[in-house]
Amino acid sequence: MIEVISEDRCTGCNICVNVCPTNVFDPVPGGIPTITRQDDCQTCFMCEVYCPEDALYVAPLTTAVTGVTSAELEAKDIFGSYRKSIGWIRGGRPRPTPEIMKRLDHH
Amino acid sequence: MAFPYTVATNVPTASLELDADVLVIGGGPAGTWAAIAAASKGARVVLVDKGFCGSSGATAPSGTGVWYVPPDPARRAKAMNSRWDLGGRLADPAWMRRVLDRTYDNVNQLAQWGYPFSDDGEGRSIRTSLDGPDYMRLMRKRTKSAGVKILDHSPALELLRDESGAVAGAAGIRRQRGDSWLVRAGAVVIATGGCAFLSKALGCNVLTGDGLLLAAELGAELSGMEFSTAYAMALEGGSVTKTRFYDWATFTFEDGSPIPGAASKGGRSVIARVLQSQRVFAQLDKADAETEQAMRYAQPNFFLPLDRVGIDPFKQRFPVTLLLEGTVRGTGGLRIVDHSCATTVAGLYAAGDAATRELVCGAFTGGGSHNAAWAMSSGFWAGSAAGDHGRHLHGRARKFARAGGVGIVDGSSRAIDAAVLTRTVQDEVWPYDRNYLRSGERLTDSLGRLDGLWSGIRTAQSATIDEAQRTREGVAMLATARWMYRSALSRKESRGMHKREDFPQKDDSQLHYTTTGGLDEVWIGHERAPSPELEVLAA
Repeated sequence: MIEVISEDRCTGCNICVNVCPTNVFDPVPGGIPTITRQDDCQTCFMCEVYCPEDALYVAPLTTAVTGVTSAELEAKDIFGSYRKSIGWIRGGRPRPTPEIMKRLDHH
Repeated sequence: MAFPYTVATNVPTASLELDADVLVIGGGPAGTWAAIAAASKGARVVLVDKGFCGSSGATAPSGTGVWYVPPDPARRAKAMNSRWDLGGRLADPAWMRRVLDRTYDNVNQLAQWGYPFSDDGEGRSIRTSLDGPDYMRLMRKRTKSAGVKILDHSPALELLRDESGAVAGAAGIRRQRGDSWLVRAGAVVIATGGCAFLSKALGCNVLTGDGLLLAAELGAELSGMEFSTAYAMALEGGSVTKTRFYDWATFTFEDGSPIPGAASKGGRSVIARVLQSQRVFAQLDKADAETEQAMRYAQPNFFLPLDRVGIDPFKQRFPVTLLLEGTVRGTGGLRIVDHSCATTVAGLYAAGDAATRELVCGAFTGGGSHNAAWAMSSGFWAGSAAGDHGRHLHGRARKFARAGGVGIVDGSSRAIDAAVLTRTVQDEVWPYDRNYLRSGERLTDSLGRLDGLWSGIRTAQSATIDEAQRTREGVAMLATARWMYRSALSRKESRGMHKREDFPQKDDSQLHYTTTGGLDEVWIGHERAPSPELEVLAA
């Protein structure tokens, strides 16, 4: 579930408040959003996908809070990693050759 | 604060009131295709989504195959035949053909709209799969540029009807503003998705059967609700459901010994049985380095939780679970009575996972491919027909009345505790030994409690505006569970995904569609399925 909004990265644009399908965030006038209804997070990662600043981190499990910090995520270069893997950051998703992609066809 | 509609008269009012020819409820693939199709007929269209059109629903966060088959008779026949037996011979070949035709045109339309299909290295674009985030971002853009007014974070809580009983719009709340909306419309398309009972399967927590409840309150019928036993594999504690990649997995007990007969396809019930008492582990040890490369490109989200937990699924064993996808990947939903995807209620249409998919898939869907094809096809048809119907009614004087029931009209007993209601319903539909591995005895046992639950809430006070959405979701899930299990009890055989321990064989005297509906009293009926003798699949 959603755990981290990086204070250093977030610009307070509130896109996450808008795109979250389960309404987890609340906007804060003049500040960055809060994770108000964390239990409602369905771990769909859409807020991360839509965050233009790569400021959000959704932890992998729906069942447990990990307590990870923004500094740890920066150190491991994890912010933006999902956006990159789906190609929403330029050059992040090189397509393997057609021969390799065919490996998925007949199994 | 009392819910604003709870006034002595039945005349609905709201903070935001709009008039439209067509109201589309739900902003996933089916809803956006419907809205665009309705607008192209010249209709004034409003689309409401309880979340955000573009990120809401099962498609947006995932990748999906699409049943895209070029119009070559041999390839089309092969595609249809491959599904025929899998679907327990309940699919309708005429509808399969229509869906293949429509899907081919719609996917080609996506390419014209600029969807970034990749090519096969020889200049041919590959159009058999879609990335959810790209697809739904494009659909939102096209919906807006078609002139459709989108209301996000605006759950519909009830339909409106006119003096003849026809649908006349809907009303709900704007949850980020704490106020209400109301749209008067000549036609309504229900595109609210299926019902996954808040299991947190990827993107599914907005899919709580809302549209089924709304439509049933106007008297709409459902079909195929026994085909609602879909469970998808995920990392234990995770949300990303991508069962297909487990085709490359070996399944083991905690001690590392293999589980006999366990497989993602054809052996999933074995896994469900083991999961009832112990953990199940998987390792994708049948995939080599190149297959891994292809997988990582094809479905980046499959690897996201694994990477973040620190598991290499090719080299390490990891615990897995099965998450309920209910009717999202099942095939039951609102009954469709003609080619326009009309329901049994005048002016009301159904599309996508909210509608029955028996027509194209029968009793089983193997994956998203056919559901994606159905969503874009049924959305297109429903939207087109709703556009014509709504325009036809334009300017006609109608009396509007609220059609909502339990949880939204005021009753004499105390208000529903939505969290308790939800948990109680989940306790009946999540367990593998109740829903996945069905028996008459356990279905009857569950139905006793579910019916009792309904009796207990049917005269409840209306919810407050803060609790209205969760309350109605709970009511919708309860209604859906009762239609599911009543239908499952009536089908005394095993067919497609519906498996009865007490009737393990297929019985071709039950080659029919099970219809259901009703709220206080759930009824069951039968409709004739297309006869295999009339079948010309091999044409």
